[in-house]
Amino acid sequence: MSEQLHTSPVDVIVLGAGMAGLVAAVRLAEAGLRVTTVAKGYGSLRLSPATIDILGYRPDPVDSPARALPGFAAAHPEHPYAQISPALLAEAVQWLKEHVETYAYVGDPDANMLLSTAIGVPRPSAVVPETMAAGDLRSAGPLLIAGIGVLKDFHPSLVAENLEAATAARGRAVRARPVLLNPPTDGDADVGALALARRFEDAAFRAAVVAELRAAVTGEEAIGLPAVLGLDQARSVWAELQQATGRPVFEIPTPVPPSVPGLRLARALQDRLRRVGGRFVLGAEAAGPELRNSELVGVRIRAAARVTPRTCRWVVLATGGLSAGGIGVDATGALSEPALGLPVHGPSPGETGFLPGYLGDHPMETAGLRVDSSLRPVGPDGEPVYPNVYAAGAVIGGARPWREKSGDGISLSTGYLAAEAILKEAG
Amino acid sequence: MPAAAECEVLVIGGGTTGVGVARDAAMRGFSTILVERGDLATGTTGRFHGLLHSGGRYAVKDPQAARECIGENKILRRIAADCIEDTGGLFVTTPIDDPAYADRFITACQDTGIPAEEIGVAEALRREPRVNPRITRALVVPDATIDAWKTVWTCARSATEYGAKILPYHEVTAVTRDGDRVTGIVARGRGGEQVQIRAQVTVNAAGAWGGRIAAMAGCQVKISPGKGIMVAANHRLVQTVVNRCDMPADGDILVPIRTVSVIGTTDITVSDPDHWEITRAEIDQMLQSGENLVPGFAASRMLRVWGGVRPLFQDDAPAETRDVTRAHAVLDHRKRDGVAGFLTITGGKLCTFRLMAQDVVDAVCTVLGTTRASRTADEPLPDSQDQRFYQLGSRLAEREQTLLDEQLICECELVRRGRLEDEMARRPAPSLDDLRRALRLGMGPCQGGFCMYRAAGILHQLKHLSAAEADQALMAFLEERWKGVYPLLHGDQLRQAWLDDWIFQGVLDVEHLPPTAPAPPQEAAPQEAGPQEAGPQEAAPQEAGPRETATGRAT
Repeated sequence: MSEQLHTSPVDVIVLGAGMAGLVAAVRLAEAGLRVTTVAKGYGSLRLSPATIDILGYRPDPVDSPARALPGFAAAHPEHPYAQISPALLAEAVQWLKEHVETYAYVGDPDANMLLSTAIGVPRPSAVVPETMAAGDLRSAGPLLIAGIGVLKDFHPSLVAENLEAATAARGRAVRARPVLLNPPTDGDADVGALALARRFEDAAFRAAVVAELRAAVTGEEAIGLPAVLGLDQARSVWAELQQATGRPVFEIPTPVPPSVPGLRLARALQDRLRRVGGRFVLGAEAAGPELRNSELVGVRIRAAARVTPRTCRWVVLATGGLSAGGIGVDATGALSEPALGLPVHGPSPGETGFLPGYLGDHPMETAGLRVDSSLRPVGPDGEPVYPNVYAAGAVIGGARPWREKSGDGISLSTGYLAAEAILKEAG
Repeated sequence: MPAAAECEVLVIGGGTTGVGVARDAAMRGFSTILVERGDLATGTTGRFHGLLHSGGRYAVKDPQAARECIGENKILRRIAADCIEDTGGLFVTTPIDDPAYADRFITACQDTGIPAEEIGVAEALRREPRVNPRITRALVVPDATIDAWKTVWTCARSATEYGAKILPYHEVTAVTRDGDRVTGIVARGRGGEQVQIRAQVTVNAAGAWGGRIAAMAGCQVKISPGKGIMVAANHRLVQTVVNRCDMPADGDILVPIRTVSVIGTTDITVSDPDHWEITRAEIDQMLQSGENLVPGFAASRMLRVWGGVRPLFQDDAPAETRDVTRAHAVLDHRKRDGVAGFLTITGGKLCTFRLMAQDVVDAVCTVLGTTRASRTADEPLPDSQDQRFYQLGSRLAEREQTLLDEQLICECELVRRGRLEDEMARRPAPSLDDLRRALRLGMGPCQGGFCMYRAAGILHQLKHLSAAEADQALMAFLEERWKGVYPLLHGDQLRQAWLDDWIFQGVLDVEHLPPTAPAPPQEAAPQEAGPQEAGPQEAAPQEAGPRETATGRAT
């Protein structure tokens, strides 16, 4: 998939190929700028359930992200959402819906759906693949939760039982019943999510699953399955299962990487990038800014054990947060932003980074860059470090994406806004 | 109160010493019951670095302990081979060590019967290329590593085969007396039920907690808990146990055990074996000590930190616990305190557990007026009959043939589904942390990130648990794991921890698992502290049921 770093001049170097980087790169390339995306590896989007979670908890459950956001941003001035207007967010969501061709994304920032997780927790998500929407617990009738014996990353009985208790506790009880399917797998007892998704693209395998589902499903049940219903053909696989069973079918994301919905979304955006002329360089990373008279004129790129300066007019820094390596912490507790050496905001060495309770509000969780209103990373003085560097996604600090359920919403909207800021300057 | 059982020998404590005593007593034909307040091997035994001493470490300073070590080292290699990896050991003179110590060491090893052979520095570095190249002397001794959990499980299995009854999750709440004679104990079971056990002889093998048990019987035994911390790095940085060749000090041993390397340890007297903390300064000290033995150690990926408390028996409190002898003592409280039917076994080390058990069961025989010889020095433990040592890679070798036939639940430690289900079926308690110790489930680099959801799902189905119980088992595991990892989080292991958080908090949203029914009222549990007071080695108080033992164990 990778291409050589070309030596012709580029307008924008996008560092990172997760949600934020891909959105920014596609948008910029579409607008006619010459864009090169440089990624150390495939981004963590491939680990994501690929639901666009905008804001799920603050920490109370959020019904409408669009309505909650202004107040949330005002209460958290260091949160990335402090730079994102509801109008821009809505625009970014609309843009994404128009740019993913694998299947439709449904829902909008006005309301959170509640989708079951693989342990049966109703999880708030605003914009989701159409293959998941029938599981919306705000309106769902009785459910049949179907696991697949060879898949160790989905346990339907635990899902169903927790789901009944959790929905009852929230005031609208949903009945859920587990079943374990055992379609033939040629004796292979341990089939991962991705391998299973490929099997679902085989008609004979699907037919075996359908036969078991038809025997198991009763009455008005909708059928919940692990999110392994095909990779590139997800839409048709899902549609066929619905048609053949005569029941609504929905996917539930599996917890252990890789995530099949995440792979679908990453591939969709990457294909889109290639088609609009963006370049994609995998296996390379930034080794610092290329400076001329203290102005950033490019990025030093390390690839194949060699560092080469590449010039550009703008940089989108979308290298991710602590999990992706966009923000690093060394043994002394010192924080760093390894790509461009930008100042990181967070606990200093010697300060408390982590609390003793697993679900504590660990100060380290919000470590990251601080940015101005057009997402340019700022120094301690509040001024942009470089006027032509924009940050997007989890490299920006201030959020607790997994607990807020805000990760993909932040990445989508900041990736979109970073591109917008550059397009404005490019004229 | 129900008098559940009667026996000849009652053992209090389910560490290596306790199960060793139970096995020895059962093999000698005594009806035997063992009680342990948590799971087996959750006290000091499960918080051990894994070093099977040659005795070299004590040769200069504590010749008696050294002689016991080398004697038991030879015996354990014979009877517990499956628990032992024959790594060999090196004593190396690093730049911070006294260059003259090596000569004293050689003499002391000769005097105590420890085979020690000096090899050239070049040869030592050829064998262990990552060891500090500035070492000036290197001596080879028969150190090895021993899997403490496996040792305890197999001892317990053997004891059971000989008729002993092993009762984990039975916390002693009272030692009963009839006049000046101990008649047994009252224990609280996992469900909070009271159980009375009557015994002719009660053996206190509660280790660092032994002073407390003795006090319940009205006897005073001064056992000072000596805290030691250990840090596990996610690689076999060395293949041989590497010791600094100097007087015993903090952080002077690097132990390759299973898939990790453990640096240890410290020795600080604490007042309470249940409540103490691991400080950042202690961790930094371990990292620096590791750096001295293996340059680059501190930059390695660190998995986990934990601590344990040694039972150091003393009659007068010394300032530094390392000066206390590591040899053990059998106390007959009839002679000592005028309390009959009650023995305490204390001091000692994991490596000498078998000898400790033999000595105390000899004393039991004296009390009961009988003569029966111990056979534990000759009869191998289950799985060790063929006297083949454990080898790194044996799990992989076993798995490779059947890779697609069965699900692999823990990829890091190669735990297959059938093995996990067998272990679950054998255990009454739905604790994922107990399964971790039994199988090494979740002990690898991802620290349970990938396997624990699977294990919770399987546990739920196999044990017919309610979802709430499965959820609680998962959350208890995550809390416990966090206590061992958060003090160390940086670099790549921090990225791993964040990925795990993404799985549990982001994708599964375990924070919002359904609320569970209120816990039944808990009986008095005087040792419990609030979670904020507990150090990283401490288990959080459980929502229901009796206290779970602390489990901040890494490897």
